[in-house]
Amino acid sequence: MLCQICGKTAASVHFTEIHDNQMSEIHVCERCAEEKGLHTPARKHKFDIADLLAGMVDSMTTTDDDRVGHVQCERCGLLYSQFRETGRVGCAECYSAFKFQLRPLLRRIHGSVECKAKRPARDNGDVSRSRQIQRLHDELQRLVEREEFERAASVRDEIRRLQSEPPEPAEKE
Amino acid sequence: MSPDPGGLGPPRDFGELVSRASPWLSGDGPHGGMVLSTRIRLARNLNNVPFTHRARDEQLQGVVANVATAARSSPSFDHSLLLQMSDMSPLERQVLVERHLVSHELGDGTRPRGIVIASDERLSVMINEEDHLRLQVMAPGLQPSEAWSVADAADDDLGQGLDYAFSDDIGYLTSCPTNAGTGLRASVLVHLPALVILKDIHQVLKSVMQVGLNVRGLYGEHSDWMGNLFQVSNQTTLGVTERDSIESLDRVTRRIIEMEEKARDRMLRDARVQLEDKVWRGYGELRYCRSITSREVIERSSVVRMGIALGLPGLCPIRVVNELLILTQPAHLQRASGGEMTQAERNVYRAGIVRERLEAAERDAGHAA
Ligand SMILES: [Zn+2]
Ligand SMILES: [Zn+2]
Repeated sequence: MLCQICGKTAASVHFTEIHDNQMSEIHVCERCAEEKGLHTPARKHKFDIADLLAGMVDSMTTTDDDRVGHVQCERCGLLYSQFRETGRVGCAECYSAFKFQLRPLLRRIHGSVECKAKRPARDNGDVSRSRQIQRLHDELQRLVEREEFERAASVRDEIRRLQSEPPEPAEKE
Repeated sequence: MSPDPGGLGPPRDFGELVSRASPWLSGDGPHGGMVLSTRIRLARNLNNVPFTHRARDEQLQGVVANVATAARSSPSFDHSLLLQMSDMSPLERQVLVERHLVSHELGDGTRPRGIVIASDERLSVMINEEDHLRLQVMAPGLQPSEAWSVADAADDDLGQGLDYAFSDDIGYLTSCPTNAGTGLRASVLVHLPALVILKDIHQVLKSVMQVGLNVRGLYGEHSDWMGNLFQVSNQTTLGVTERDSIESLDRVTRRIIEMEEKARDRMLRDARVQLEDKVWRGYGELRYCRSITSREVIERSSVVRMGIALGLPGLCPIRVVNELLILTQPAHLQRASGGEMTQAERNVYRAGIVRERLEAAERDAGHAA
């Protein structure tokens, strides 16, 4: 197949363009693609995802009240209608602000909305450390009740040490 | 993962970095004859800064500074190199894109963006791409599990010093909801010439997509699979653990490899002479060409790669073919030649590099014999 722009060289770059709801295929040579700034399969792939997403959002919300578009994230100011256009949310808070719109969308994309991701290291370190401190506190109380003051003192020192330490690396399972 | 084979130590600047071959192209990983590389990518954002496309430049500059600081105190990023896109010329940025270190989005260089590259180039983190952080691990051959361990540890390292955007009910919060949850994209680059030649590829691609993985041609689309290279990756990031995604990619890739092996066996059995002829003609064109397009390099190196994987004697190591794919791209050529070239000049220059590399490989083989 020859390039649709210069008509001379074999087409090696292929695009699917969506325009006015019409899908058309474009085949061009590397040189023309470079000149017209059409390059890179990676970039094209990205557009595909955004298109797909925008399409999904649209088909989901056409039945919704128009007011949905005016829902706004208080932190970054993004309107839901802007997310609908770009497929990108504006900040972490957007996930709460658009919760009712995003949840069904996430379910459609991923088939699930259940969080199974690893926890951030900082968080993890803190969680495990605070658990450890809680355990030591319980032990300290028991020791004091039994009047084992010497051991209680060393447990108390251990608690102080943990509380003053910088966050530790996460524990690996 | 083994240290830098050249023993040159970590690169000190851009010039030193790009003067050596990317270690993940070594071809010595598991199933290196069929799987070029494995890539892990983790998307992370900082909690209190708007996502990249919505942040102001000074906020993005702050993200670059924070990530660089976190990297400096991470063992994973010992001796790493921070490159700011604004300090680099468009050509230099394009070289990084061609080396798969930097995405096109990051490479545009108009906003405060950067990349921290660990000493062996297999681990890096793009700053202010679509997400504030895109941690990336590249490994030769099929090793998703090993690459994940490196990414996981580096993520924990960085996560000590950074406040990631994370919610208990979703996970990592990303600019695009397609990445929310684990933020993980694991992919392999596989070479499937026999399945393409025998026209079984569509069936294979369809079945891969049916099990929930994504697959696409690296170059070209649809019926035009240039170079017979395919990227297989996980699709979903919610409702699955990172391990789930890694294991399913590993399992499905092994299944694809088996099918490709069967197809190659069938070709060897039914058409050995034609197959060997195709391989050696491809090699001959690369070895003696005087002008060659990048498309031709991709296509001829595909048959040569298959010949090497089949164990035909006398061909170059697979590393040489891998490196040709990177070195013969436009920005690499222009940087090597030191000036702008017309397309015709570029084809001639490219041919010179291809011949030189193969000749050197033949010389090395001669010394070894
Ligand atoms: Zn053209
Ligand atoms: Zn927001």
